[in-house]
Amino acid sequence: MTETHYQGKLHHLQKELMSEYYAALTASANGSGVPAAYLLIGGNPVELLRAFDILPVFPEVNALQLAVRKQSLPFIQSAEFMGYSSDNCAYVKADIGMYFGGRQTPFATIPEPSLLLCNYVGCNVYLDWFGHLAEFTGQSAFQLDIPFIRSASGKPSKEDIEYVLRQLHHLIGRCEEITGRKLDEEKLREAVRLSSLTGDLWAKIKHLTKRTPAPYDAYFDSVTMMAPLYCLRGTPQGLEFFETAYAELLAKAEAGIGPLEKERFRYVIEGPPPWPHLRAFRDMFSRWDAVAVASTYSTVGGLWEFGFTHDPDHPLESIARHLLEWNLTNRNFLQRYEQIERYLEEWNANALIIHSVKSCRLFSAGQGDMREYFTKRGVPTLLVESDLEDPRYFSEAQMRNRIDAFFESIAHRPIREGVTA
Amino acid sequence: MSTQSLPQSIEALVERCDRIIEEPGFAPAVAWKQAAPNRAAIGCFPVYTPTEVFYASGVLPVGLAGGGNRMEIAHADSRFQSFICSIIKSTLEQGMTGLLDDLDGVVFHSICDPARNLASVYTRNFPETPVEYIHFPQNFEAEEAPRYLRDEYERVATFAGELSGRPMTTEDLRAAIRIYNRVRETIRRLYALRRDSPHLLRTRELYPLVRVGHLIPPEEHAELLADALQAAATREGRERDRIRVVLTGSFCEQPPLDLIAAIEDAGCYLVDDDFLIGRRWFNGNVPENTSDPLLSLAEDYLNASLPSPVKHDMRISPSELLVERARSHRADAVIVLCAKFCEPSLFAYPIYRKALQVAGIPHLFLEFEEKMWMFDRIKSEIETFVESLLFD
Ligand code: SF4
Ligand code: SF4
Repeated sequence: MTETHYQGKLHHLQKELMSEYYAALTASANGSGVPAAYLLIGGNPVELLRAFDILPVFPEVNALQLAVRKQSLPFIQSAEFMGYSSDNCAYVKADIGMYFGGRQTPFATIPEPSLLLCNYVGCNVYLDWFGHLAEFTGQSAFQLDIPFIRSASGKPSKEDIEYVLRQLHHLIGRCEEITGRKLDEEKLREAVRLSSLTGDLWAKIKHLTKRTPAPYDAYFDSVTMMAPLYCLRGTPQGLEFFETAYAELLAKAEAGIGPLEKERFRYVIEGPPPWPHLRAFRDMFSRWDAVAVASTYSTVGGLWEFGFTHDPDHPLESIARHLLEWNLTNRNFLQRYEQIERYLEEWNANALIIHSVKSCRLFSAGQGDMREYFTKRGVPTLLVESDLEDPRYFSEAQMRNRIDAFFESIAHRPIREGVTA
Repeated sequence: MSTQSLPQSIEALVERCDRIIEEPGFAPAVAWKQAAPNRAAIGCFPVYTPTEVFYASGVLPVGLAGGGNRMEIAHADSRFQSFICSIIKSTLEQGMTGLLDDLDGVVFHSICDPARNLASVYTRNFPETPVEYIHFPQNFEAEEAPRYLRDEYERVATFAGELSGRPMTTEDLRAAIRIYNRVRETIRRLYALRRDSPHLLRTRELYPLVRVGHLIPPEEHAELLADALQAAATREGRERDRIRVVLTGSFCEQPPLDLIAAIEDAGCYLVDDDFLIGRRWFNGNVPENTSDPLLSLAEDYLNASLPSPVKHDMRISPSELLVERARSHRADAVIVLCAKFCEPSLFAYPIYRKALQVAGIPHLFLEFEEKMWMFDRIKSEIETFVESLLFD
């Protein structure tokens, strides 16, 4: 079988910018004097850190980089040796193993944190993770408590917004202590302005896959764009990356070029990718000429494609709204069903793949119910299980068989214009 | 109760509790609802439920404590994967098989990711059942946290008032605080008695005495506990050669009664535990006559509630707290008894382990499932552990 190649210009730019970012982390670890803050992906308030020139460090991004490079297992095992369970989220284990391994990775030396910013956006594991980092580093973590979306309207209440805003003011106080300088409001507005332009471009990129053929794969290629979206959002480099990405992908869309030679199936995919086996997993779909036109995973850090944009005139309010409402992790499970439904209809997809990962119960707990819901609505739905970080949970032959059987079974159905209830 | 002139024995009281606990359904709640108008009952998923807010609104907060080891999971395991803890599935299964039909709603809280998603799955599968979700603040240091939680409780009170048809008044809430204070105070005294004289009150006895409060109205529970306290305090017995153990990790899904008995029979006095911690809840009494009792409850959650791995109070290190608990209870050892697949309790373990090793406190790590019914292996593991300590 011929191997599919997925490299494009934006991949190179991504590599270049990310290695600059990692070089800055290494420099910080080696005493450049630039403070680093650890924070989490879910609805991340990175703009605030950028306004203070604090380097954002995302342990989740580091963990996934380790997994992609097939370097995660020894770290996971050393965490398990410390007493972490095989049933705990392996992102945490890889990160803790790496922390005690001297914070050395093949891509950077990760600096010690000047700030442990636990933005508690939906995921309860975040609290354990940063609680442990607090124990191990002897630092206190800043718990940014984001009330979960629990109203029927799917919106945060006035009180929720007020509560988050007040905490953001305390966070500013903490950043002021760390950097020894007052918040420069102009700088915050600028970071939020850059972020808003970046978010708008990302949303436009997301909408490009409504076209046939989709100009890129909204799962396997989206993930390439996610690291810059978090690590570089709120900077000119981040904006530059998304301008380049949009131009390149738009040109492809206009020219009718997709990632596959021909596009036969359009699917929506739910759940994080199996990072240690990403290539093998991708090939299981491309051999069926199947392309992901939308993915829920690419919205953990923010849900721009449904209309959110940061507002430089109200920087803190928009950061609060982003944390509360405009990301997948802080939304409830049924809102995810709605999100998938929109993708199926508006992105014109004809199947749903649920990748259920053991590590991440935020994503996976209850996906059997989701499968039942969509199957009953007539959407061909497949649920496969593995993990996002731990390479031991990927059974390639079994996975391939299931995916083959699934596409085999829907191959005989006509491709529909969208999916109706 | 009051009609009985002779003091009741612990054995008789425990037997009564065992019967209520093991009977499927919620007969005491149904009887309570029928006794007066504008009453309802709500199923409370662990861990921390503001019972006062419900009770003051005419809603009996019934504790959901899983399916035990007599329930077969036939439907819910297609909805939640194999790596999800049992109580999630057994609670859904109870709903799917009509076992929760006598309850008028269900409440979940921000304890872990599966419980949070279960709230959604529940909403979808039972569109007729009102489902509430409480977000407990996780920033214990924020000065605005009490106000936030107070508002959250007020929202819950509105929800509860709609269930019963009787909006809560401040005086109702004060009365509810008083009665739950009585319950918790007596539980604290029973816990103290067991700590000081574990041979007078076994955990296999204390546990059902507390657990029955999940099912019966608090007034009745308060009386029962008072009877138990009196009976235990006047009991006679002799201390045996057993090790004193603090048990931790079982704050949500509950081990079978027989497992608790097996741990004791293996040679342990359990001198402290975190079973049903959300019912015992506070270290001391909630202030009773404040002008804003909702705020008092909120402040007590933040400052005076008992710790568990689903509360992330950064002001105190959980491992130091455990070591301190072991020391203040003069424990020879700690048993970490985690529900299988319970991420919060499993996450706590490495932190505990390190601290216990540093403090020189021996410990044993075990996993259980509510549905287990064979205890030989776990018992012999504990026996070996106990022997290693006794004959060290
Ligand atoms: S449980 Fe999921 S969202 Fe939470 S830290 Fe792990 S991978 Fe991230
Ligand atoms: S047993 Fe643990 S994982 Fe399961 S619902 Fe309770 S806290 Fe969550």
